[in-house]
Amino acid sequence: MAHHEHGEREVLDAADINRALTRIAHEITEREQGAQDVIILGLQTRGVPLAVRLAEKLASVDPAFNPAQCLGELDATMFRDDLRRNVTRTLGVTRMPSRGIDDAVVVLVDDVLFSGRTVRAALDALLGYGRPRAVRLATLVDRGHRELPIRPDYVGKNLPTSSSERVSVRLAETDGVDSVVIAPLTELPLEETPQEKSPQEKSPQETP
Amino acid sequence: MKHLLSTADLSRSEALLLLDTASQMAQTQQREIKKLPTLRGRTVVNLFFEDSTRTRISFEAAAKRLSADVINFSVKGSAVSKGESLKDTALTLHAMGADAVVVRHWASGAAYQLAHSGWFDATVVNAGDGTHQHPTQALLDSFTMRRHLVGTPDNPDGVGHDLAGQHVAIVGDVLHSRVARANVHLLHTLGARVTLVAPPTLVPVGVSTWPCDTSYSFDETLATGPDAVMMLRVQRERMSGGAGAFFPSVVEYMRRYGLDRDRLATLPEHTIVMHPGPMNRGLEISAEAADGPRSVIVEQVTNGVAVRMAALYLLLAGETP
Repeated sequence: MAHHEHGEREVLDAADINRALTRIAHEITEREQGAQDVIILGLQTRGVPLAVRLAEKLASVDPAFNPAQCLGELDATMFRDDLRRNVTRTLGVTRMPSRGIDDAVVVLVDDVLFSGRTVRAALDALLGYGRPRAVRLATLVDRGHRELPIRPDYVGKNLPTSSSERVSVRLAETDGVDSVVIAPLTELPLEETPQEKSPQEKSPQETP
Repeated sequence: MKHLLSTADLSRSEALLLLDTASQMAQTQQREIKKLPTLRGRTVVNLFFEDSTRTRISFEAAAKRLSADVINFSVKGSAVSKGESLKDTALTLHAMGADAVVVRHWASGAAYQLAHSGWFDATVVNAGDGTHQHPTQALLDSFTMRRHLVGTPDNPDGVGHDLAGQHVAIVGDVLHSRVARANVHLLHTLGARVTLVAPPTLVPVGVSTWPCDTSYSFDETLATGPDAVMMLRVQRERMSGGAGAFFPSVVEYMRRYGLDRDRLATLPEHTIVMHPGPMNRGLEISAEAADGPRSVIVEQVTNGVAVRMAALYLLLAGETP
């Protein structure tokens, strides 16, 4: 893989990503006073492997956390506000943890927080499954440019970006390598554009 | 996909996308709140020129679960019974701002006509046209077969898989059956082998060009151990002169082509029994077969809502071309 060609700049490598997730696991246990009521929900698609890793770390920090019962994945496609602006999206898997989400502290996990629209859709999707005591948001990268009043509770790295740049999170599970790169929008090959991102997230300059 | 008119139009990847999307839709129906906001602001018209209970209710439930507005237009009591043409009905629906029209019509080809005549630009979903096609029924049948014959504990719906290697017997009134035609094409596309079983009088002309085998003997077909047995309703309302024109007597039909207790006992352990409904109990299917543990007939109805949600989602959710 050519990480540093075409004006790409690596901002996090595998070790950085690992350290960020470890720190977030400690922050969650500290803030929630243990992880016994915590549920980790990965947002499709790259939030899912991140959630799996975070759950493993949480279990090693606090053995009260059981990944088999408290880890799930959420696809918010059907709750998006931009369905009619795009070609039809393929639906992803939603799998709620066996314990349910009622009265739990649900931590939503995403790779990049940008406009906030995916998280807005995820919050709506979540409410159909029950009533958590609280919902938190963990993101590997916060790149700014919010379009909705949404803020993260746990951040791997704050990454000031220009809207003419593109942030790509690559993970071993989905892309064969752990790396976060930043590149000018035009110079990234088209096939590396993750499908799940909204047009605002893909190409903000097209947004009216 | 702009319309869903015939299973013969579906590629393997389109068919799999519909089935896999139906699987996600079925999952959402386990939520406490089943309604999704996905098609908010879209209008779906159910245009039914023929009586139907389960298909209309199933489409209505599917559209409502996706938050579409649903208008039911049944011909009885409408202007059509006063002589209005299909074209004028279409123009009326267009004027009302229908985004999709789900059409059931007694004439084969009516859905195609509606979609391609240029009368309006709404999406057309064929909910059964004459003896031609009934694509959502075939999709829900394949969804049900995949769940029972291909699914594993890790992947209960068999998502991502087709029906390669499965053998399906479709038994009974093939001549009048749009369900049989729709299933033959879809099952072939998904890699399954189909045997049509019917008395010679109920086998359509030209069946040799269909991608399936034909047999006049139910017992010989059962001896080959099919993975699914789909019983078709004897459509007496489409048989002029009652059933008399096609087989000597109901008793003879039952004896040769009915799924009775004895035939049920010869089926392999894993074989499922299907019926698109409504059933003529005691004619093409016995109570033992319809209510037994192999029967997936009630589940077919449940899966019908998920499959129709998937079709409406894939046809209507994206940008309007």
